[in-house]
Amino acid sequence: MTERLSTVSADPATARAIAAGRRTRRWGAWYVALHRFRVMKSYTGTVVVAGIGNPLVYLYALGVGLATIVDVDLDGVSYLVFVAPALLASAAITVASEEFTYPIMLGYKWNPTFTGMSSSPLRPTQIVDGIVISVAVRMTVNLVLFLLLILVFGAAPSPVAAGMIVAGLLGGLAFGTVLMGYTSTLEEDTGQLAMVMRFVVLPMTLFSGTFFPLSTFPIWLQWIGWISPLWHSTELARVFSFGYEEPIWLSVVHVVYLVVLIVTGWAWARHIAVRRLGR
Amino acid sequence: MPAPVIVAQDLVKRYGEFAAVDGISFEVAPGESFGLLGPNGAGKSTTMRMVGAVSTRTSGDLAILGLDPDTHGPEIRSQLGVVPQADNLDAELRVRENLLVYGRYFGMPGRLVAKRADELLAFAQLEDKGKAKVDSLSGGMKRRLTIARALINDPRVLLLDEPTTGLDPQARHILWDRLFRLKEQGTTLLLTTHYMDEAEQLCDRLVVVDKGAIMAEGTPAELIRRYSSREVLEVRFGSDRNSEVAERFTGVGDRMEVLPDRVLVYSDDGEAELVRITDAGFRPITSLVRRSSLEDVFLRLTGRSLIE
Repeated sequence: MTERLSTVSADPATARAIAAGRRTRRWGAWYVALHRFRVMKSYTGTVVVAGIGNPLVYLYALGVGLATIVDVDLDGVSYLVFVAPALLASAAITVASEEFTYPIMLGYKWNPTFTGMSSSPLRPTQIVDGIVISVAVRMTVNLVLFLLLILVFGAAPSPVAAGMIVAGLLGGLAFGTVLMGYTSTLEEDTGQLAMVMRFVVLPMTLFSGTFFPLSTFPIWLQWIGWISPLWHSTELARVFSFGYEEPIWLSVVHVVYLVVLIVTGWAWARHIAVRRLGR
Repeated sequence: MPAPVIVAQDLVKRYGEFAAVDGISFEVAPGESFGLLGPNGAGKSTTMRMVGAVSTRTSGDLAILGLDPDTHGPEIRSQLGVVPQADNLDAELRVRENLLVYGRYFGMPGRLVAKRADELLAFAQLEDKGKAKVDSLSGGMKRRLTIARALINDPRVLLLDEPTTGLDPQARHILWDRLFRLKEQGTTLLLTTHYMDEAEQLCDRLVVVDKGAIMAEGTPAELIRRYSSREVLEVRFGSDRNSEVAERFTGVGDRMEVLPDRVLVYSDDGEAELVRITDAGFRPITSLVRRSSLEDVFLRLTGRSLIE
């Protein structure tokens, strides 16, 4: 590409244009992420309070409260240890469902900042990449806070418990990029996003082995877990958190499945962006 | 002669069967102020989006600064400033922040962007609004901020899509003044408008566009000379009587247009035509003699008025 660019023309205006486009071609996605960080800064309070408050409440209620009446052997660990990685994984899903729905709708339609961005040297694919990068960073912040609280509760015995962050990030982005792709296709929100929250996010949380192992569900409900990025992410987080016993091939399946979703969702969102912003 | 900044040749944009732009050709020289005049839906905005290297063309040739938008979109856009028809400032950020994030998109270093942002806030007469929320600005201020944003990269070409639509007269005049300054500084302007006075004020040269095609091209004065008369007499006889009365005019003016609300008589001497009409015994409710404008050119070319 560079070769072709440099041989185009000797006209000074053309040469200036070619030189000026170079930085954005390389760093454009990062510039978009910087924009998003600035927007997120306006709700830092929410991010931090939700990032600490939510885990605190859940860990306490489920792990300390509910655990006293749940008297089952869960892979040989306490209920708190069992449920903590799942709560962490769900937190990433929550961030994904916040950041990949209304802000996307906003950018395309309600306050069409994406249209503004597409008039700059940015390419539509860089807009998508920048958003994914910024959300991944925010998600990581939330996950780290969550992990620290889990450690405070003494609920992650394994020395590689920090690996939960990777598991959570994979799950959050797997669900998030697909959600972003879907939201990007919406010309109008006539309740679809609320439906997603109610009929996708909520059931996913209930049937992904979050509060009980998936195996305790009747077989005809277990498929929800198998396709749910949250289940894969949760199981992976449990492996890191307390050495949850599952065959190694299954752990590989978790990672591969989540990565495939990320790649597919991301590519879908990019494809829609190119089509929608280039009309 | 310097190479043209924009060259469009048989530019076509189709959405399915519908041709929004249907074979438009024009050239814009550096420093020139070029206008696309036409009613809503004429294909002006679509043309602007193609020139802005955002929307891809269906066919035809297009070069901006000697580059093809299909292959060099980012390079072309790095040299443009774009003021869209609908403001798309980021309402989640403050006024100055909108300039800061936008400047970064051009790969400009943070410190340079900050300096430029302050200069542009002054240029847009928004110095004291830097920390304000975007939504607290008036329509005219938002437009000025959008123009300031479009200038952050010191663009070679400024694209303005109906820059003053929806603004009150005072806000329009402030905006025109700012655009005029840019023009004096040598910025190439490409603007669309459906206001004749705006085109006459700002454009060195323009094309009249209707249904995706160019109807005429020239300077405002040339177009008026070619397609209209020096003066226009407007007479009204009441909505239901205009056409009936006009049919009985004989030997009045060079040409006539009968609109639902008034009759336009084209002539080099409007006053004389009015005398002729009243002498013939017609009693218009109101009468007005004015200079011919681009509105009349448009009416002549398309048989329709610009704003319907």
